[in-house]
Amino acid sequence: MTPRVRTTMRSLVQIAVIIAGAAAVFAYTAGWLSPHRLTPNKLVAAFTPPGATPPLGHRRNHAKGICFTGTFEANGAGTALSRAQVFARGQYPALGRFNLATTNPSAPDATVPIRGMGLRIATPDGHEWRTAMIDAPFFAVSTPQAFYELLLASGSKDPDAMMRFSAAHPEFARFGAWIKSAPWTGSYAEERYNSLDSFVLTDSAGGKSVVRWSLVPTVQPVPVAQEELAKRGPNFLDAEITERVRGGPVRWSMVVTVAHPGDPTADPSKPWPEDRRVVVVGTLVVRRIEPERDGPCRDINFDPSVLPPGIRTSDDPFPAARSSAYAKSYDLRTAEVKYYPRTAPDAKP
Amino acid sequence: MSAPRQRFSALQRLLHWLMAVCILGMLLIGVGMVSTVRPKYLTLVSVHKSLGIAILVLVVIRAVVRLCYGAPSLPVDLPQSMKRAAVLSHYALYALMFGMPLIGWAMLSAAAYPVVLLGGLQLPAILPPSASFHSLLWDAHYYLAFVFFALVLLHVAAALFHALVRRDGVFEAMAPVRHSVRVAASPGHPKPDLR
Repeated sequence: MTPRVRTTMRSLVQIAVIIAGAAAVFAYTAGWLSPHRLTPNKLVAAFTPPGATPPLGHRRNHAKGICFTGTFEANGAGTALSRAQVFARGQYPALGRFNLATTNPSAPDATVPIRGMGLRIATPDGHEWRTAMIDAPFFAVSTPQAFYELLLASGSKDPDAMMRFSAAHPEFARFGAWIKSAPWTGSYAEERYNSLDSFVLTDSAGGKSVVRWSLVPTVQPVPVAQEELAKRGPNFLDAEITERVRGGPVRWSMVVTVAHPGDPTADPSKPWPEDRRVVVVGTLVVRRIEPERDGPCRDINFDPSVLPPGIRTSDDPFPAARSSAYAKSYDLRTAEVKYYPRTAPDAKP
Repeated sequence: MSAPRQRFSALQRLLHWLMAVCILGMLLIGVGMVSTVRPKYLTLVSVHKSLGIAILVLVVIRAVVRLCYGAPSLPVDLPQSMKRAAVLSHYALYALMFGMPLIGWAMLSAAAYPVVLLGGLQLPAILPPSASFHSLLWDAHYYLAFVFFALVLLHVAAALFHALVRRDGVFEAMAPVRHSVRVAASPGHPKPDLR
């Protein structure tokens, strides 16, 4: 080998090493070298047990729902906590979705114990506040990793998987007890929807408060036995809320609960003590119900990290995990429109 | 060897290296953010949007500067096939520098996500909400990112080939500092008179 050829060879090897190094950094960053990294893809895939078909064209969870529109009427009290325009006294357009915590878009209503509400409030400054709440008073587990393990355990064919999961995650027992004991109601209007996750509000002077929020029904909840609800048909909740709102607007009070220093702000499975300061910041007025198919909420991702200036995420790890998973679910379902026809066949001219 | 080559102007070199850092960072943030559910996900997405718009602004400036100043011509002894590859790959890189931020912005618009940059600056939607557009643009953004990274690697490999093997002044035309590469590369190389 002549010196010149040797030099060239050495240079080519150097170039190959640099390029391979860059590709390796890229692969590592993409998670290809870390099979144990919890990715949004894995989290979303875990909603579908092995061998089952996901709800194509639909949200991967909370797949069954119905759209609503209305207004959020802020009373101005929230301005003491946050500079977000949504708390300034006034009326702001609201768009939302009542839903059931199920991966089956045609699950009978009386089979799903957890109900939810997705909500988007838009303000004239161009910002939006999106939130997705459920009627449980606290979450099932402490961390996104534990939630992933819960999905794997509940989808597992191993009969001991859930028992092992519960033993490893003692907080899950409290949630299980709540599911068993919480009364069922006959209406979305009778439910209290809770953010569960905590967020940081910043006022105009820069003062910060860590809060959770809830939509508290103004309608008195009436407990109804699950067996009784099952007799009302598979879609009684949609029919009920449609009929109720046709008769007049339905309201919820938006209540913000302020944490004390030391409260478990990072763990949505831990409720805060009952005596925490609460501020009623306004009223959600639901004025119109529309079916999800071709309804205004169908293509909206109620990503809890979409927040106006004056509200931001806290040390609670869930909003980030939810945001990443919701985005994945959104990307999947918008790629599956053929499975969820955009226009009802009977609506064609 | 051909006569000493003209270099790109200082402004062009500044834009090139600034954008090189932004684009590499952007590609790594992109693949990193879609592979994590941890709290840094939100930070990465936020930086990704802002950096994407910064790249769009920079490439507009860069294209105008390029049209004004032009580029040094390639060495006359460069094989025709390599010249063609150089021209095509640069067109492709420019297309991606313009295209990727616009596709990302359009994708967020089609999904009805608000487009808010660091510092709270809001951008208008450039497409009406549409699930089908979102899906199309999402696929384009995702797959073109890998094409972009592959092209960047090809670009770096070619630049190093010019610098270390051909030593024809092509790398020096865009080098941030004059002769920097000869100094950096010389310890591992025989003396130039052995060429």
